[in-house]
Amino acid sequence: MVQEKLNLILLTGRTIDQGVGKESGKSTKLYFDSTTMCYMDETDMNKLGLRNNDHIMATTEEGSVVLRAIKHPRGAMPGMIYIPYGPWANAICSSKTTSIGMPSFKGTPVEVKPAPNQPVLTLEELLKKEFGR
Amino acid sequence: MNLLIKNGFVYDPINEINGEIMDIAIRNDKIVESVPERTSKIIDASGLTVFPGGVDIHTHIAGGEVNTGRLVRPEDHEKDFVRKTAITRSGVGYSIPSTFTTGYRYSRMGYTTVMNPSMACLEAKHTHEELNDIPMLDKATYPLLGDWWLVLENIAKGDLEACARYVAWMLEITKGYAIKIVNPGGLESWGFGRNVHSIDDQVPNFGITPREIMCGLAKVNKMLNLPHTIHLHTNNLGIPGNYATTLETMKCLESIPSDGKPVVHITHLQFSSFAGEDWGSFRSGAGEIAKYINNHDHVTFDMGQIVFTDTTTMTADGPFEYTLYQLSGHKWVNTDIETETSGGIIPFHYKRKNPVNAIQWSIGLELALMTKNPWKVFMTTDHPNAGPFTAYPKILAWLASKKARMATFKRLHKKAQKKSLLPSIDRELSLYDIAIVTRSGQAKALDLKEKGHLGVGADADVAIFNLNPEEVDIANKYKTFRRAFSNAAYTIKAGKVLVKDGEILQQSDGKTIWLDLQTSKEIEISEEIKRKFREYWTVEYENYPVSDHYIKHSSPLTIKADV
Amino acid sequence: MSKIDAVTCPVCGCLCDDIELTIADGVVAQVKNGCAMCEAKFFSHNNDHRLKTPLIRKDGKLVPSTYDKAIRKSAEILAKANYPILYGWSSTDCEAQRVGVELAEEVGGVLDNTAVVCHGPSILSVQEVGIPTCTLGQIRHRADLLIYWGCNPWSAHPRHLERYTAFTEGRFKGSEWKSYINKVKAAAGRKKLRSLERIGVLKHKPEQVAPTVSDNKPPAILNKKGRKLIVVDVRKSMTAEMADYFLQVKPGKDYELIQAMRALVRDQELDVEEVAGVPVEYLQQLVDAMISCQFGIIFFGMGLTQSPSKFRNIDVAISLIRDLNMRTKFAIMPMRGHFNVTGANTVFTWQSGYPYAVDFSLGYPRYNPGETTVVDVLLRQESDAGLVIASDPASNFPRKAVEHLVKKPLIVIDPHMNATSLVGDVVLPSEIVGIEKEGTAYRMDHVPLPLKKVVDPPKGLLSDEEILRRILKEVRKIKSKKLEAA
Ligand code: SF4
Ligand SMILES: [Zn+2]
Repeated sequence: MVQEKLNLILLTGRTIDQGVGKESGKSTKLYFDSTTMCYMDETDMNKLGLRNNDHIMATTEEGSVVLRAIKHPRGAMPGMIYIPYGPWANAICSSKTTSIGMPSFKGTPVEVKPAPNQPVLTLEELLKKEFGR
Repeated sequence: MNLLIKNGFVYDPINEINGEIMDIAIRNDKIVESVPERTSKIIDASGLTVFPGGVDIHTHIAGGEVNTGRLVRPEDHEKDFVRKTAITRSGVGYSIPSTFTTGYRYSRMGYTTVMNPSMACLEAKHTHEELNDIPMLDKATYPLLGDWWLVLENIAKGDLEACARYVAWMLEITKGYAIKIVNPGGLESWGFGRNVHSIDDQVPNFGITPREIMCGLAKVNKMLNLPHTIHLHTNNLGIPGNYATTLETMKCLESIPSDGKPVVHITHLQFSSFAGEDWGSFRSGAGEIAKYINNHDHVTFDMGQIVFTDTTTMTADGPFEYTLYQLSGHKWVNTDIETETSGGIIPFHYKRKNPVNAIQWSIGLELALMTKNPWKVFMTTDHPNAGPFTAYPKILAWLASKKARMATFKRLHKKAQKKSLLPSIDRELSLYDIAIVTRSGQAKALDLKEKGHLGVGADADVAIFNLNPEEVDIANKYKTFRRAFSNAAYTIKAGKVLVKDGEILQQSDGKTIWLDLQTSKEIEISEEIKRKFREYWTVEYENYPVSDHYIKHSSPLTIKADV
Repeated sequence: MSKIDAVTCPVCGCLCDDIELTIADGVVAQVKNGCAMCEAKFFSHNNDHRLKTPLIRKDGKLVPSTYDKAIRKSAEILAKANYPILYGWSSTDCEAQRVGVELAEEVGGVLDNTAVVCHGPSILSVQEVGIPTCTLGQIRHRADLLIYWGCNPWSAHPRHLERYTAFTEGRFKGSEWKSYINKVKAAAGRKKLRSLERIGVLKHKPEQVAPTVSDNKPPAILNKKGRKLIVVDVRKSMTAEMADYFLQVKPGKDYELIQAMRALVRDQELDVEEVAGVPVEYLQQLVDAMISCQFGIIFFGMGLTQSPSKFRNIDVAISLIRDLNMRTKFAIMPMRGHFNVTGANTVFTWQSGYPYAVDFSLGYPRYNPGETTVVDVLLRQESDAGLVIASDPASNFPRKAVEHLVKKPLIVIDPHMNATSLVGDVVLPSEIVGIEKEGTAYRMDHVPLPLKKVVDPPKGLLSDEEILRRILKEVRKIKSKKLEAA
């Protein structure tokens, strides 16, 4: 049975492509491609009826963002999604610094559901939407 | 610019001037015979004490270790902060002041030259970057060479010539001033968590002993004609009973040929003069040590005097800091540096009521007072190890006044009082002696010919104190003396008046003094090192040296070596 | 055509200084020895994403301007502000950072660097318990047990293993590792190894085997002599795939796991069967391997600093190392990200006493992470202007923090267009440090290295250092005029 949505844990972090992308330029296609994706566990994807590159909507207390789901290539990580660092990840990761200055980039609860008809925003569109600039 | 300091009581031990009323003439940055009064700025020093600018032979003020000390001690800074002014930068203290604050505080006490005694060669650029940010003072720094693989290997091979050339190369590319040796052999052993416990222990993997390292480097020091002796932190430092190791160390260096000059400077000797078998039976070994030094002329030392306060210990002696960590359980930093050295940091609070600390306090003073010749003794706290340098005036009062030291003595732990030799010591240093142990002796030991005196040709570094030696008996009025030496009436450096009545008048950069060593086979050595470089270190050969970019005001001292 | 050797790579905290460049027609034509990120960076000096001229926002749009005007405007913003933030610093040189501290002091602002969102918690822990650590060469020469915990060097520090740890030959350690490489090569095939090294994950997906959660059973090799590589992470990263042993920890359970290990190191018995998804029996084997090694090291990353327990994770990890030093030699090191974030901490500390989150608003340095950290200042909406240099908080900060940053006048200094420059009010292009400007950076283990100038910057561009100096000079001019007027 395909479920409508899943409640998972959000992790953000580095990938090599995101790293190469940020050094090449934040307006490059590589950077866009590598920071608008979201690694998911295969079983979780199956639960939502997702295939590679299908769009999903990830929602936390902070907001929502549309990304491409990608099957995690090595080993299992059920219950987690992993988004490479970037403006898209930061649109939803928790700003709580728990009084020590550090926001919560890993371990925030997140709701994930398929978003077949919604586009992944470009950097400019995202900045416009989030900050009006 | 001409400057004329008139009618002060001048103390200039190198030129044997003991409190005579005289004038000191300055042209630009040098002391000269005379200047025309009409065109000179006049400082009326009548009724004031005039000293050469202070020289500190051993104070940890810059570099990787010092800065990590700053980083781990926010609680040290919070209680002692310094506001920005129109002239000066802001900063913090207390035991490890930020760079600008360090410069200002030394300058306010009449100091003009300081030696940073512990530089990891791999991080030499860091040390120099910080030295550039310490204003008001001339500076030099000693690279740590006692456990460097190339030293160990060449001494083990018996090839002192090669060792000397490597050392010369390293001194030059790190822009260093003297050979610093810390717990020889112990730091390499610490790479695998071990230590050496006597000067004849084998260093694992290298087939060499501390004795061989010390004697080898003392000979190398001589072959290179270095201005200072080897600068030594002994084995077993900080361990009860270590005075015996210290005696053996001094003995093993007796035979180094020296033309009657010192061969070794033992630094912070207080920490190396412990008797007793353990902390319970801990007592002073100062008597034996002082007796030896009084009978031999190849040793100078600095005190490493304890003051009762909260401070931060830091040394390249990683295994010793580990011992302190085991004793205190306090936050502990250890930093081992590939191919070269190690290091550690532990905050420490010396307490009057702790019998060991109280005995340590006594040991430092016993050493200084029982050593008859003041030219062998230099006043330091091994800043910040035994206390911050800002405590110097307090220590001077203890040295100059039995009344001052007994006032502190009375409040010590009873056990320490019983064990102390201090009640039996009546010696009180005169202002002349004080000038020796705070500048002239130190400059002489460093062979800084233009420092530590006020003769013609000397650097125009002068400290003037608000103290009238005809009116004030410092042994009796030690508080007046202490106050005067806390805030100089004037500090003049390179002919510029930097401080007046304890206030900074202008900020001025100092010079970095380093050895430009001329050896005959320089080229050969760099080819050898180039080959070894990728094997030994994780950086490239050409990125290792401290280039001119890292020295703001360079002051090389050219030395012709015998190799 | 010319060749330049021993160039330092200005990308990550590895600060590899063995890069060989070929320069043709004033452009980097070839990069040798570097990883993919290194190549991308050296080629980026010549790409279309460079900022070439200062920009000032007019009627909602960024329009081209001049340095004089943009610097003047920046100085006006900062001189007028009561509580500006000056943030970034980790991808520029120490020379610029030094001027940065002076500028922050002059304008009474909050000075913070990117450590606040990466290893800030590590610094807090080091201030609590200290840190037993070493330089990277020490690992190469001596370490026989390497643990990467919550970090993934294959992606974030691609040459870390080959230059400093697993793949290196040290004086006392190394030979056993060769056989391990052979083993891996045989298993993975040379081609794959090379592609993993150079290009990374996405383009070369290994064949899919049905993924299973690791059962965490330690392999026999843990008890053998010779160098061993262990990875602890919540998911199987590229590095984990290379390891002798991959320990999969449940998200947010690192703290529990490390505490259990501490107990085992101290020979205490645990009354549970498993901790954080790991059977105690397995944990015991791991701890035994740690105790019996000659020299061990834990490298840790964002997996510890950014997950829920944050600095408590690091506290307990360092405490574990303190305990282990009672039994053997053990060290720990944070995997610092930006190539000169360590330099920023270092410079800030020697000038002000504090490594990050320094508040100069009272005329002296004040430090209270949680209050004076820039994310908190932004979340409390207290700042009234911002200067961002060599960093991209609009990409790296949580949304709410960026919202306030954008609301107030914002000065951005950067060689490239990025999210922050897109939303800035004054944008000042700068030379790329380490490519077009020489300077100094500190490696993750505090080893200082020189950065080279290998090509000329685009005509008319200024360096970070120079831009900051000019802003500082302008600020002082404005302030002294104000004084005169008053
Ligand atoms: S590992 Fe880091 S420093 Fe080394 S080449 Fe790659 S990006 Fe540059
Ligand atoms: Zn010392």
